[in-house]
Amino acid sequence: MTPPVLRLQGISKRFGKLLANDDISLDLHAGEVLALLGENGAGKSTLVSILFGHYVADAGRIEAFGRPLPPGDPKAALAAGIGMVHQHFTLADNLSVLDNVMLGTESLWQPFSRRTAARARLLDVAQRFGLPVQPDAPVASLSVGERQRVEILKALYRGARILILDEPTAVLTPQESEALFQTLGQMVAQGLSIIFISHKLGEVLRVSDRVAVLRAGKLVAQAPAAGTTQAQLAQWMVGHAVAQARRQAPLKVGDAVCTLANAATAAVGRDRLANVSLELRSGEIVAIAGVSGNGQVALAELLSGTRALAAGSATLLGAPLAARPGRLVHQGVARIPEDRHSVGVVGDLPLWENAVSERLRSADFSRAQWVRRGAAQRHAQRVLQSFDVRGGGLHTATRALSGGNMQKLILGRALLAPDGRPPRLIVAHQPTWGLDIGAVTYVQQQLVAARDAGAAVLLISDDLDEVLALGDRVAVMHGGHLTDARPAQDWTREAIGLAMAGVAAAAGEPA
Amino acid sequence: MRLEKRTQTSPLALLLAPLGAVGFTLLVSALLVLWAGAPVARTYALLLQGGFGSVFAWSETLTRAVPLILTGLAATVAFRARLFNIGAEGQLYAGALAAVAVGGLHGGTGLEWSPWVLFPLMLLAAALAGALLLLGPALMKSRLGVDEVVTTLLLNFIVLLGVSALLDGPMKDPLSLGWPQSVALQDTLELSKLIAQTRVHTGLLIACGLAVALWLLFKYSVLGFDIRAVGANARAAAFAGVPVTRTVVLVALLSGALAGLAGAIEVAGRTGYVTMDMSPGYGYSGIVIAMLAALHPLGVLAASVFVAGVLVGADSMSRAISVPTYIADVIVAASLISVLVATLLTQYRVRLK
Repeated sequence: MTPPVLRLQGISKRFGKLLANDDISLDLHAGEVLALLGENGAGKSTLVSILFGHYVADAGRIEAFGRPLPPGDPKAALAAGIGMVHQHFTLADNLSVLDNVMLGTESLWQPFSRRTAARARLLDVAQRFGLPVQPDAPVASLSVGERQRVEILKALYRGARILILDEPTAVLTPQESEALFQTLGQMVAQGLSIIFISHKLGEVLRVSDRVAVLRAGKLVAQAPAAGTTQAQLAQWMVGHAVAQARRQAPLKVGDAVCTLANAATAAVGRDRLANVSLELRSGEIVAIAGVSGNGQVALAELLSGTRALAAGSATLLGAPLAARPGRLVHQGVARIPEDRHSVGVVGDLPLWENAVSERLRSADFSRAQWVRRGAAQRHAQRVLQSFDVRGGGLHTATRALSGGNMQKLILGRALLAPDGRPPRLIVAHQPTWGLDIGAVTYVQQQLVAARDAGAAVLLISDDLDEVLALGDRVAVMHGGHLTDARPAQDWTREAIGLAMAGVAAAAGEPA
Repeated sequence: MRLEKRTQTSPLALLLAPLGAVGFTLLVSALLVLWAGAPVARTYALLLQGGFGSVFAWSETLTRAVPLILTGLAATVAFRARLFNIGAEGQLYAGALAAVAVGGLHGGTGLEWSPWVLFPLMLLAAALAGALLLLGPALMKSRLGVDEVVTTLLLNFIVLLGVSALLDGPMKDPLSLGWPQSVALQDTLELSKLIAQTRVHTGLLIACGLAVALWLLFKYSVLGFDIRAVGANARAAAFAGVPVTRTVVLVALLSGALAGLAGAIEVAGRTGYVTMDMSPGYGYSGIVIAMLAALHPLGVLAASVFVAGVLVGADSMSRAISVPTYIADVIVAASLISVLVATLLTQYRVRLK
């Protein structure tokens, strides 16, 4: 066997009390796709940050192509042929593809830019690896998939022999993901080695030769992809057997709780509702699929009372939908925002204040503008207990909670009314994003339980697996438009992928 | 070198942080004292004695603390909501002028009513003047995104020039022999003294009462929650149903009113009329005090007494020894920086790469 192109030996990194990487040793061979699998917080990002020189390991050494890699030096990592494609793109929108690729590759002291040579080199790299681009197109005009291609080209242009892809499919449609996988195959055929970071089991098995699983900072398993099952991977990742979320048919679908007819909102960035009609019925989960940035935020905010309707109509329980959070909460709307840290909670305030913040103005928790602290803290205690929020007491600053516990707090605040009334409508935007599997299962079970108790549930998610696992009806969002919400079994993944890309489906849906 | 967030703060660190801050401040100031060629220990002893060493020293310190408490509270309430009101100096003068306009002697200004009516009216006018002065910047901030640091800071100069014009014009005391000085407040409206033969006045009680009231508001009221939530995370506050714009406007009114009251109480308790030098920067010192107090209303009381004591003590010290009174500014500034750094270090640790 040829020597590995990259060798990590005994890498450890500690942040305070947290051992983010615990004695990790890992080899990468030429022409190999190695998947790095693990839950959020398992230590994947820390490991590649050490590899790329953003962090310095407390212990351990790295060798690239047989030579030791100096720690804490991204330039050395680049020079050694390690290229990184971040999950969040690092492109300048107002510059052309060529400019973005060249950025930082030329010396400041060089009097003229060698654009002709750079263009030829870019086109050569693009052709060799099967990544067609238009060098002069401004990045702002490119689709997400094309931008990712530019990111990859940037690394290849600099002569990367080892490519690290951090959650590359998170922003892609299924078809774009498939195209990416084929590109990876071509790159490997050219002798490149790839580290593919993901927490999606299916695509890991689809794309990689070998899988390395991290859990709580430790490398718990390494196995060839062939012959490994998803169940096995999940068990390594979580540490115990996992029951897959499975769609259960709704008990009883009731009347419409909330109806949108030709609804439109103002745009924030590109995100807006253009002309959306949707009916949410009691006892049913409607799941919205789509690449984020296509109007999901507008839809969630409209139904959460934080964005106003610009045209069309929106009714809740027969009356016009109020653009006031407090009023909606009072009417029984449970809201789970996409960004739990910066929208869901006020991190500096204690748990108890965040647990009652939505209802602070109600008679339950205040009288004549003075907070009834006793009642509020008793209710907050109930929320913490009923929803198993751990990691702090009533007076702990909320920012100290882990993502999963913070989400449980938000869920408890939304679902547990002081008078015990069940919610009528649940608006859940990416409710399981970034949570570990235990918390994901918990949140999904709560949503299904609330549905079975008669709530109408709107689930907006980037994760197609989640959409198909939970949605009784599924609709797809693209460019501020929404397809009809059809029963989940009527959709194929391909049809959803086409609708996500804005291609009119075979059934003739307006996209 | 970089900062890493501490997962938890040890109680020892919380105890040592303020002590370390005091030690550092004394050390830095000592270097300047040495530079001035004076003995360090004696300088500090004289300063301490001049600020806190006798009944008279305490009375002077507390007199000086009154306007500082009020401007400190004005900065505290505004900064808690992330409304960076740098305009307390102008609001103070506007309040002082409004107080004299309502309660001045009958030389063209002032009303001839019973002091029981006129005194509250005077305070109300002063509070309103300060509040309205901050209302514009607050509305411009929340409606148009105009940076309030710039608008409130620049308004100070406009107000001060306006006050100057009035003191030389319609509100000028005809008996002032040409000095730019306003008409005097009616005797009946002046605050009585807390201790005979000193300048300490009942304005101290008003200031302390307002500090307690603000603390209660922060801790126990819905508005207090709104202010803290908007300041800590306005998006999350809006999501939870806090009326963000209304909160910012109320905070502006409250903060401006407190700074305006500082002016009125200074006139009613100490000067009796408005001059251009009635405030040696109390509005700006209020910001320092609010930061020293970590934006806690009761902490403002302690911080104000500390700053006032250093200022008064330095005055008295510089009469006895060859260290300029400006050492007080250095001590106050150094203490602010060291308290901020000490607070940072209780929450972060420094990592050398």
